[in-house]
Amino acid sequence: MKPAPFAYAKARSVEDAIALLAQHGEGAKLLAGGQSLIATLNMRLSAPRILIDLNGIAGLNSITLKGGEVEIGAMTRHAEIERSDVIRKHAPLIAMAMPHIAHPAIRNRGTIGGSIAFADPAAELPACLLALGGLVEIAGPKGKRTVKADDYFKGLYETAIGACDMLTGIRLPAAPAASRYGFAELSRRHGDYAVAGLAASATFASGKLTKVRLAFFGVDLTPVRAKAAEMALAGGDLDKAVAALASDLDPPDDIQENGAVKKHLAGVLLRRVVQQLTETRA
Amino acid sequence: MNEMCDISLTVNGERVSERVEARKSLVDFLRDDLTLTGSHVGCEHGVCGACTVRVNGEIVRGCLMLAVQCDGASVETIEGVSDSGEIADLQEAFQKRNALQCGFCTPGMLLTAQDLLSNDQTPSRDHIREHISGNYCRCTGYHAIVDAVESVAQARKGSRK
Ligand SMILES: Cc1cc2nc3c(=O)[nH]c(=O)nc-3n(C[C@H](O)[C@H](O)[C@H](O)COP(=O)(O)OP(=O)(O)OC[C@H]3O[C@@H](n4cnc5c(N)ncnc54)[C@H](O)[C@@H]3O)c2cc1C
Ligand code: FES
Ligand code: FES
Repeated sequence: MKPAPFAYAKARSVEDAIALLAQHGEGAKLLAGGQSLIATLNMRLSAPRILIDLNGIAGLNSITLKGGEVEIGAMTRHAEIERSDVIRKHAPLIAMAMPHIAHPAIRNRGTIGGSIAFADPAAELPACLLALGGLVEIAGPKGKRTVKADDYFKGLYETAIGACDMLTGIRLPAAPAASRYGFAELSRRHGDYAVAGLAASATFASGKLTKVRLAFFGVDLTPVRAKAAEMALAGGDLDKAVAALASDLDPPDDIQENGAVKKHLAGVLLRRVVQQLTETRA
Repeated sequence: MNEMCDISLTVNGERVSERVEARKSLVDFLRDDLTLTGSHVGCEHGVCGACTVRVNGEIVRGCLMLAVQCDGASVETIEGVSDSGEIADLQEAFQKRNALQCGFCTPGMLLTAQDLLSNDQTPSRDHIREHISGNYCRCTGYHAIVDAVESVAQARKGSRK
């Protein structure tokens, strides 16, 4: 199908984008990579009056290591992240997730800002942000603010980003030496959204896991932490952690799978990911 | 800010200036306004890959980019890369190995395969499958396509020696 008619404006700066949002209110949508937005417009699931294109704003596609953090600008494309040495070295969890996201032609356009702002419950990057305890930088009419990943996801496709706000970047703690990461997902076909997936970070020393953060995706309306399982893993008991998922997760049925199957798959994913977190390094 | 926009870009090396509706996708612009109908339209929501074209050297979904976003860009379509001879060997291998039947997916498949081979000169069969995972083919069952791409990778490697 073709989208309903809309007007088009190219934002010159973050301030300009926010001013345009304020001016047009509900009828305006920010356009980043367009890989989710234009698909929904083509299906007429949404019919904004104006698109505000972020692609002309300079300085939003950078990956930098600064003060123990990896900063990624909102308009950084999935493909740039996939090729980045800084990401591979200092944010290895993101590097592990990248190949699972869609297909090459889509990764050439899709952006990390768009992915975190859209917050698809089955998407990889929002779960990685949560597993890493990262920060989201948001700019709005009243200025800038920083929101912790744990406070950012509010509901299905709902986040801390307000109607006149724009996400400008994310910050992730750079990987310390003893840190470990695990990532696994089950999907029907390479590049599809996950039926269920798990992104995890932890510290591993003297055979013990500490600071475990487990972020499941595809199993709820947002990516979710499995806190009882995290505690069980810190206590060294994998079976107990798998059993704890029964109370941590309550997956609703969706078009891909029913909730009971997803719950079972979550246990399978947890065993795989714990293997990654604890395997001896070459 | 307008529902109609003036754009000027290069398409297959030629300068083009047109007035387009803001909502017009790149692939509809190429097909309807420029009659370059080699790029196909399947799903219009990013799933099938039939609309694959190159923008500033990178493959993209022609249905998920607006024509107005290509103002100032360099766009290449299957017509362009056919005329230049860039993918003549891939085209020949596709034909020889029956890697197309109805041909609907073929322009997108060829551009995606060329993208792979220009970044990885010796891809494994698994890697070929992964790279074309976003391009649907309802006829061939993919096997012959993988064969064709693999044979071109080997031939190009041989000719570089
Ligand atoms: C066939 C197909 C398969 C896919 N598979 C996957 C997959 O497996 N995993 C996955 O994670 N994704 C997948 N995607 C989606 C892809 O990763 C998108 O690129 C991503 O979800 C959205 O990023 P975008 O830059 O394209 O955003 P857009 O589509 O431009 O925008 C998405 C939404 O976010 C808003 N937005 C964008 N940027 C900002 C910002 N800076 N501030 C505030 N709001 C903003 C927009 O207004 C819009 O509502 C797939 C897409 C397709 C078409
Ligand atoms: S028509 Fe663009 S991906 Fe199917
Ligand atoms: S040859 Fe018919 S869809 Fe591929």
